Amino acid sequence: MSVLVFCLLVFVGSFAAGCLGALTGLGGGVVLVPLLTLALGVHIKYAIGASLISVIATSSGAAAAYIKEGYTNVRIGMLLESATTAGAVAGALIAAKVSDGALAVTFGVVLLVSSYLSGRRQSEERPASTKPDPLARGLGLDSTYPSPDGPQPYTVHNVGGGFTLMGVAGVLSGMLGIGSGALKVLAMDQLMRIPFKVSTTTSNFMIGVTAAASAGVYLNRGYIDPGLVMPVMLGVLSGSIVGARVLLGARTRALRLLFSAVVLFLALQMIYKGLTGAP
Amino acid sequence: MNDDEPGSGQLSVPKTMSVERLIGTLLRAGVGMAATCCLCGGAVYLLSTGSHPVDYGQFNGTDLRFTSPPAIFAHWLDRSGRGLIQLSALLLIATPVARVALSLVFFTARRDPAYVAISAAVLAILLASLTGSLT
Repeated sequence: MSVLVFCLLVFVGSFAAGCLGALTGLGGGVVLVPLLTLALGVHIKYAIGASLISVIATSSGAAAAYIKEGYTNVRIGMLLESATTAGAVAGALIAAKVSDGALAVTFGVVLLVSSYLSGRRQSEERPASTKPDPLARGLGLDSTYPSPDGPQPYTVHNVGGGFTLMGVAGVLSGMLGIGSGALKVLAMDQLMRIPFKVSTTTSNFMIGVTAAASAGVYLNRGYIDPGLVMPVMLGVLSGSIVGARVLLGARTRALRLLFSAVVLFLALQMIYKGLTGAP
Repeated sequence: MNDDEPGSGQLSVPKTMSVERLIGTLLRAGVGMAATCCLCGGAVYLLSTGSHPVDYGQFNGTDLRFTSPPAIFAHWLDRSGRGLIQLSALLLIATPVARVALSLVFFTARRDPAYVAISAAVLAILLASLTGSLT
């Protein structure tokens, strides 16, 4: 395949991934890695490097828009980023020690879980009420979010549990080159009892920093290749812009379910490929 | 907590500009610069190398001229356009890093020792990763 044809195919795939990401709120990384490895025969290490670039691009672009709406909690983000960045660096170091097949299988399993989490109805099974965490008050995490009736105050629960789960999200992000958005939202929404819209926007805010932490390691290790960076960055960015414009307000549950089904299929393919040894 | 309060006096920021707006502008500028740089590098890359065969099936690692910040700065004008693309990747990775640095400045100006320590720790991790000291 020539460079031109390859770039064109990767661009189209990344455009679709960016579009889907904007549409469903799930990052493009979960689609991009299977697409590059399964459909275009790219080695999983190059695919993970390219995916990290797409993750930083989309999350930074979206965070710039969200932060003005006033939902993003910068303090919660900053605090939890210390867990996600440390985890991401650890994940990048682990990825180097693990075989390519094991990496593919892990990716598939994480995809399965993400697919389940994003298909699930939001906040339907909140745990029985717990007490607000005094640590949250000490760290100034409690805040308000905008609503038609004026600012609504909220308190933050279980800071320790949320922090730990964020560390895990960071490891997965660094290992697999994904944003781990679904797990980040789970930690904030379910464990820390942060309002859903605050959880999703703050998660997005953190994804870029988390991905940057492992991207540095990957860049120095030669996983980030210009021949992939170019079509991926341009494709994902234009895809997410078009996705947000065209499909504004079209975030229906049916669409999320469809996306979950696609992810499920890709997950099984990745696991199969990882187990049968095809890189 | 009062995050939408305008940046305090110690920061040389226009009074109407909250820290959120400043962060938003920074992120947008970073992504915009990276995309522009990537577009230019990509055009050169396709014009110079477009007809060459390509295969990413084997992992050999990227050309060493494009794998560390100092090397990228030294070779960004590479004739194949790949240096410029890699510079755009570096700009993109540096965007969230700059955001954390900005938060550090902001928390320092607010005299908020806990968050100064937290943002300094995150910045240290990011810089260590980017400079290759962890690889």
